[in-house]
Amino acid sequence: MTLSELDRPPAGVIGQKRAVVSMRHVSKVFSSGTLALSDMSLDVMRGEFISLLGPSGCGKSTALRIIAGLGSPSSGTIDWPSSKINKQGLPEGDVGFVFQEPTLMPWQTVFGNVYLPLRLQGVSKVAARSSIIEALASVGLSEFERAYPRELSGGMKMRVSIARALVTRPKLLLMDEPFAALDEITRQKLNDDVLRLWRDTGITVIFVTHSVFESAFLSSRIVVMKARPGQVFADLPITTPAVRDDHFRTSEAYRAITDGVSHALQDAIMRGEQRS
Amino acid sequence: MSEIAQPRNFSAADAGTDSAVPVLRPERSGSERLLGILVPVGMFVLAILAWHFYVTINQVPRYILPSPADVVGSLLTDWPILLPALLVTLRITFSALLLALLGGVALAILLVQSRWIELALFPFAVILQVTPIIAIAPLLLIYAPDTPTALLICSFLVAFFPILSNMVAGLKSVDHNLLNLYDLYGASRWQTLWYLKIPAAMPFFMAGLRIGGGLALIAAVVAEFAAGSAGQGSGLAFRLLEAQYRLNIPRLFAALLLLTATGVAIFGLTSLVSWLVLHKWHESALKREN
Repeated sequence: MTLSELDRPPAGVIGQKRAVVSMRHVSKVFSSGTLALSDMSLDVMRGEFISLLGPSGCGKSTALRIIAGLGSPSSGTIDWPSSKINKQGLPEGDVGFVFQEPTLMPWQTVFGNVYLPLRLQGVSKVAARSSIIEALASVGLSEFERAYPRELSGGMKMRVSIARALVTRPKLLLMDEPFAALDEITRQKLNDDVLRLWRDTGITVIFVTHSVFESAFLSSRIVVMKARPGQVFADLPITTPAVRDDHFRTSEAYRAITDGVSHALQDAIMRGEQRS
Repeated sequence: MSEIAQPRNFSAADAGTDSAVPVLRPERSGSERLLGILVPVGMFVLAILAWHFYVTINQVPRYILPSPADVVGSLLTDWPILLPALLVTLRITFSALLLALLGGVALAILLVQSRWIELALFPFAVILQVTPIIAIAPLLLIYAPDTPTALLICSFLVAFFPILSNMVAGLKSVDHNLLNLYDLYGASRWQTLWYLKIPAAMPFFMAGLRIGGGLALIAAVVAEFAAGSAGQGSGLAFRLLEAQYRLNIPRLFAALLLLTATGVAIFGLTSLVSWLVLHKWHESALKREN
């Protein structure tokens, strides 16, 4: 360890703010030998909405899965400075995960699907009821607790998936290209809803996407990644109005953000191609 | 069966957009449903009538082809002989099916716990499955304490494998992201099995049950042909052979009729169980929405 490293503050503390999770020099080599992620460090501060943006193969989903504990890093560490850690090194109940597909159990009703995280923690159905109702209300599905997934549209299934991730009141919500398979109108509606949830609950979000526009609309910070090997290419703080609505989508400020992010992404893609 | 396989409740269809109002679909019209019953039943009655007139017009002797009336008559007069035989066959079939269900499901769960268990037991499973059971029957007759037990083992072995292999396939068919989700929330092995893998395997299990149920009856009959049991405790297969030797063809048909009815009943019962378990969520039990 060099002197300059000793001078740095401990992982996860920047200024007075505490990080929810902090990645330190994380690399991931798949069994096929592919270097999916190379020396990635990232401090995720409380209340941030971070988008991980990049071309396919840049390791953004891999990074998200490692944070969630779905697969361990080949080297480097994941620290949870403000969470209680279980045996597997995971902050149980502090993390919600939304997959690209709704990933619902078709044999369970909407209620049963949202109950799952609490059920696995041993909470009785009666005790869980108010949390489930609240989570469903927060995504606008109060009427549908007795419906089965097959009775719902794609957007509604995704809302159930989000409600399930929120039911444990996690500190950190991880979303892995959650709306990539949805049509544009549904996706904008869900973007509005996620933004409202983030503002209302103060939850921290890491949002993986390959859409410049989605990331520009949602984020308080955009981390642009490049491929081969997967690395952080640019870390862009976004200052935007508190209220982001349809007017924001057509505003000059929004255009400036998308321009800047687009350029960073273009550079990242070119850099990735030069290496390969 | 088509009537059972189709739930008649309203369903909220995929709305295509993110609309929060489910679209109600009307029920099938009454006349269409009536036709759905009348066509197969009418066809069946016509076939029976054709049989009847063929026999009476051509004056076919009873010992070659009895008329439907002769068969029903024999069913009534020979009932005291046929009923005990039916009960014996039923008992063997259902005991075998029950044992196959318990054994098949338990072994499937054991097999998917570890790749090593699966590898170790795999050769035995394949050998037992590919060997024609009828060829094992003579051996079983030597080793089993009595004939009914031998028949039971035969029938069990035949019904066991479709249930085992379907259950194994089902337990392995779980959506990987759902498994990830269970890991994420720190689910125990038992929780993952009970809440996720077994429900996900249900459609496969039901397919295995339907195949196994039919095969259990077939095996009970075939094994009895091979075993050639006599006198007390003999099943319908033996009565069938006996009727053939005595040229009592109406009784042979009556025994056959009972076997067919048993087969239909087993099919109906397993299909009903399958529908009851799956109709709320699985595609196989749903009406196509277009």
